[in-house]
Amino acid sequence: MIRRPNGMALPVLVLSIVGVIAACLPAFLRIAPNRLLTGEAFNPHAWPVLGGWLLVVVCSSVAFPGRRVLLLAIAWAGVVGLPLLAGADAHRILMHATPYTRVQAGAGFWLGWLAAALLLLDHLRGMHKAAQAGAWLAALAAVTLAFVAGAFDSLSLVREWQAQRAPFTAATGEHLRLAAITLVLALLIGAPLGWWAWRTRRGDGVLVGILAFLQTVPSLALFALLIAPFAWLAHAWPALGALGFGGTGAAPAVFALLLYALLPVVRYTVAGLDAVPGDAREAARGLGMSRAQLLWRVQLPLGWPVLLAGLRIVAVQTIGLAAVAALIGAGGLGRFVFLGIGQGAMDMVMLGTLAIIVMALAVDLLFQGLLALTERRA
Amino acid sequence: MIEFEHVRKRFGDHVVIDDLSLRVEDGEFFVLVGPSGSGKSTLLRTVNRLVHVDAGCVRVDGEDVATRNVETLRRGIGYAIQSVGLFPHRTVAENIATVPRLLRWPEADIRARVDELIALLRLDGMAERYPHTLSGGQQQRVGVARALAARPRIVLMDEPFGALDPLTRESLQGSLKAIQRDMGTTILFVTHDMDEAFGLGDRVGLMLDGGLVQVGKPLELLHAPADERVRDFVGGTRARLRELAVRTVGENMRRGEQAEGEPVDAGTTLQEALGAMLTQGRDRLPVHEHGQAVGAIVLVDLVARGA
Repeated sequence: MIRRPNGMALPVLVLSIVGVIAACLPAFLRIAPNRLLTGEAFNPHAWPVLGGWLLVVVCSSVAFPGRRVLLLAIAWAGVVGLPLLAGADAHRILMHATPYTRVQAGAGFWLGWLAAALLLLDHLRGMHKAAQAGAWLAALAAVTLAFVAGAFDSLSLVREWQAQRAPFTAATGEHLRLAAITLVLALLIGAPLGWWAWRTRRGDGVLVGILAFLQTVPSLALFALLIAPFAWLAHAWPALGALGFGGTGAAPAVFALLLYALLPVVRYTVAGLDAVPGDAREAARGLGMSRAQLLWRVQLPLGWPVLLAGLRIVAVQTIGLAAVAALIGAGGLGRFVFLGIGQGAMDMVMLGTLAIIVMALAVDLLFQGLLALTERRA
Repeated sequence: MIEFEHVRKRFGDHVVIDDLSLRVEDGEFFVLVGPSGSGKSTLLRTVNRLVHVDAGCVRVDGEDVATRNVETLRRGIGYAIQSVGLFPHRTVAENIATVPRLLRWPEADIRARVDELIALLRLDGMAERYPHTLSGGQQQRVGVARALAARPRIVLMDEPFGALDPLTRESLQGSLKAIQRDMGTTILFVTHDMDEAFGLGDRVGLMLDGGLVQVGKPLELLHAPADERVRDFVGGTRARLRELAVRTVGENMRRGEQAEGEPVDAGTTLQEALGAMLTQGRDRLPVHEHGQAVGAIVLVDLVARGA
């Protein structure tokens, strides 16, 4: 790690600068007359927040006992405190406002919160796994508790969510379903393809070439291009159409997402099979394992961690890409983003975007957990 | 019993095995020895069909291997290789149990057999360990145990001790030879190390350029090399030293005579006896058998032998 002459780590310096800028931005919150208009900037806590960040700078530059704990506490307080602060402000403002007034979280809030979260991440790095998980879980619990207690109810994002609860829940379900189906299909198709590519070595070049080419097609274009062939398919075989197959909807969306997911799955399958030591394979064959036994008893257990690492990337990528699928009527959280853009309702866009980010992070964590489990066993 | 009949194999333009015939008897320890690229490993691998012959046939217990189900054939033949190839995700016990598992032995039988092999190959206390925690010698012991697990009548070994240090190698060679004698297993063993070949083999086949140049007992190759190439390979002037490694003290001692110094055992090789003489600075040493003094071994006898 690069250290400043005064002993301050570079990431902390950068984050502190970002934090200071965020504290000085005029729009900690925005007060808008209704959900469609952009509000005027409002930043009542510039000085205390600025003070907090300057304290970080000072603590990071001067060595004294307990400084690590203090910095950790400040970062944690930022992660939990900034939303509470925003929520309380919004509550206060709404008490004396019209029913349509919206208090939106502004750039100053988002930037400052992100900087605080990254600061916490940086300070937790290198600490015991249990301490890391504990700090994050405690922050999550505190924010969730405050949310349940209604501390954020006056923020426009939460009000938007409350207004759209049913469609939001449905969209989240659709999004997860799109991603899950894509992932399962990608594994079911990609893993055998990867195995075949690995075994023949000749097929490898052609297959990976085609899949790599598909990756270069922009997602929006691919979704659009699939409308015609899928519409034709549904027209040619009405039975397919009855199953929900058509030019738009979930079928072409999953197909397009699948095309993007296949390359990484094939690649990581090949890498996983390559990770199996050649002598173990030779011994397995020489001792009389059939090809299937070799695959299930030797190649899969040994190559699985690599494949799982690939699936993690595919899962996160698919959750992100699935947002675009809303454009061809496949639903999902992307609908909130595009509807929000259409209406000029930034809260709606934000709601969809945040949900997608949280979902991607959660799935990423899930796969990390799975990976840690398999690695501990091996 | 393993029979090779006019076996030919080529990889592309390169002839690896050229019209080779050989018969390995039941219970025999047969060593194929030769330089790298002489085709000995390829020949070994035709037995369990990891290599398919282009012409001729290989028979195991009278049956052409090409007509057998390949998995059944392999499960009935032990196989150990230089790189060992233990399964890194399986414990020592699980590695050893590989073939009995494939053969669906009852669980109790598998456990009993694994315990037996762990004791036999001096792997006590390692059953639950993973291969990467073992030394090279220990790994190879597990490899040998795995090859012997299902009590195969035939075991193929491809330079299994090639990567080990001399001391470990000697100890493993001793274990293997003793196990083979006790169980009456037929072993086809490949090595490029002449000393190993003469130390282990009941018979030795010298392979050069895809053909067997000479097959015989170690002493036959030493005393009557078929041609210059064999003479060169068995070591020229060092052949006499190798001979000492093949003969035992018991068959060359002067029974009933006495000598001063640290005794040597009748079962040790003449090479070790010579080493003991050099160490002790004596030209005759007492010989013990079962702890009893039975005679003496004398330097001039070693020098005079096999003229």
